[in-house]
Amino acid sequence: MTTATGQNPAALADGLNAIDAHRLRRDFPILNQEINGQPLVYLDSAATTQKPQVVIDAIVDYYTRNNANVHRGVHTLSQRATDDYERAREAVRRFINAPESCEVIYVRGTTEGLNLVASSYGRKYFKPGDEVIVTGMEHHSNIVPWQILGKEIGVKLRVVPFNDDGELLLDQFESMLGDRTRMVSVVHQSNALGTVNPVKTMASLAHARGVPVMLDAAQSIPHMPIDVQDLGADFVAFSGHKMYGPTGIGVLWGRAELLDAMPPYQSGGEMIRSVTFEETIYNDLPAKFEAGTPDIAGAIGLGAAVEYLEAIGMARIARYEHALMRYGAERLGSIAGVRLVGTAANKGGVLSFIMDAAHAHDIGTILDAAGIAVRTGHHCAQPVMARYEISATARASLGLYNTTDDIDALVKAIDRVIEVFG
Amino acid sequence: MSPASDQSDALYGDVIMAHYRNPRRRARLACPDVETEEFNPFCGDRANLQLRLARSDDAAATVQDVSAVAEGCSIIQASASLLADQVCGRTLEQAADLSQLFRDLMQGKPLPPVAVAELGALEALAVVRRYPVRIKCALLPWVALEEGLRRLR
Repeated sequence: MTTATGQNPAALADGLNAIDAHRLRRDFPILNQEINGQPLVYLDSAATTQKPQVVIDAIVDYYTRNNANVHRGVHTLSQRATDDYERAREAVRRFINAPESCEVIYVRGTTEGLNLVASSYGRKYFKPGDEVIVTGMEHHSNIVPWQILGKEIGVKLRVVPFNDDGELLLDQFESMLGDRTRMVSVVHQSNALGTVNPVKTMASLAHARGVPVMLDAAQSIPHMPIDVQDLGADFVAFSGHKMYGPTGIGVLWGRAELLDAMPPYQSGGEMIRSVTFEETIYNDLPAKFEAGTPDIAGAIGLGAAVEYLEAIGMARIARYEHALMRYGAERLGSIAGVRLVGTAANKGGVLSFIMDAAHAHDIGTILDAAGIAVRTGHHCAQPVMARYEISATARASLGLYNTTDDIDALVKAIDRVIEVFG
Repeated sequence: MSPASDQSDALYGDVIMAHYRNPRRRARLACPDVETEEFNPFCGDRANLQLRLARSDDAAATVQDVSAVAEGCSIIQASASLLADQVCGRTLEQAADLSQLFRDLMQGKPLPPVAVAELGALEALAVVRRYPVRIKCALLPWVALEEGLRRLR
């Protein structure tokens, strides 16, 4: 038996049992509060996730007991800080199944990872007339760095379109791949639509033509198992704060032979082996790309987040969130006057919607009055909004701590929007 | 009614909802003396304003007709509609003064009773102050007005 949206109730129930979200949410102290007199319902994890106590503790512990600069001193604190900082790097390597931990470059976030590759790889290898392929559902951070290069070098941006459900037109991607293509840089999971793109297929198509592939994994890495070798990517960027870790830290993973050949992105301390006023010899990976004192506390917090996720299991999290998304899509989709934007067959825990009765801002204000946090606006993906000829959506996005109760609260508040505006 | 719905109702009062549902003076002008448009790229809000002045030999030109078209949420629409109603018939200087008064209202500056009287129905938007992220929605049509007045000067 299936429901109107093609769900199998047994599979749904099974998915909802994949993790115990009611228990896990107690790991997140921030969730235990009231907003505007109502229990907080946090449905904005695509913007940033909340942090479990173990992540908060790891940061407090670092500053309380171990704070020192890394890779510099011989004293005990410096050794402890360095050990913890590098242990976190190894945890990230394991989490994404990267071959080498030196390929894990700490950056500030996905945006910096994308900029690093565009700036360093792009400036070294791109020539006028070369092409970079992105998709129509990129976050601005995977559009603008390539555009800047385009202005500087004369590189053209090609954009893979998508259908009304928010699914890429793969045949168009294939026909775009050509002799001028120098890079394919695609979002793994769309932040605005939730679409999970077939990046493994895209990578193998690109590699067949010798084109490297960069993945914006900001929205996928908190929600599904990511194996960079299995996906066949060459560069993968993601942010700590979207995977239950702190802000200010993120990762660029790249294949060592590519990173080795690339020039540094920034310069200063740490990334240097020797400096005279005549010449500088750069350090090895990863230090070559980590100029200056890094976000040590952030890296340690990210390591704690990765261990937290590993203990739960990413495959379980993916199954749970998928079931919860299906539940939410069905409930929201059955409200008259609500339209879901982004209905791809393969999508993550993102419920973007518009209403006939009210603009996204007005939806957001009424939801906030009910203690519900959602994002409203264009989600830094204006081309996506333009594709649907809308200016903004309200977006409820899921994390491992959300439950069907949260969806039910959302539905009730949407009813209230209809009451006020209908 | 729960406290939550009381709160959301506070923003969506009768005057704001009336202007949102039936915005005034949206009809485009045949020969505007000035037309300005403001856009907020962060949320997609857009406000387009046309002003037509009364032709006279007087030094003080008067706004004879206004067309205000806003795209976006209830607040920007209500603000544009109220603006259009309130600016009609004012001299350019009076319109500029009103705009400043409205900014003062949004910034929560204490206003003397005479200023409140001057604001008239615009006072209904005072509640927006309690929703700081929405103040920019209310202000956008006024930015368009100020740009129009600047060009006319």
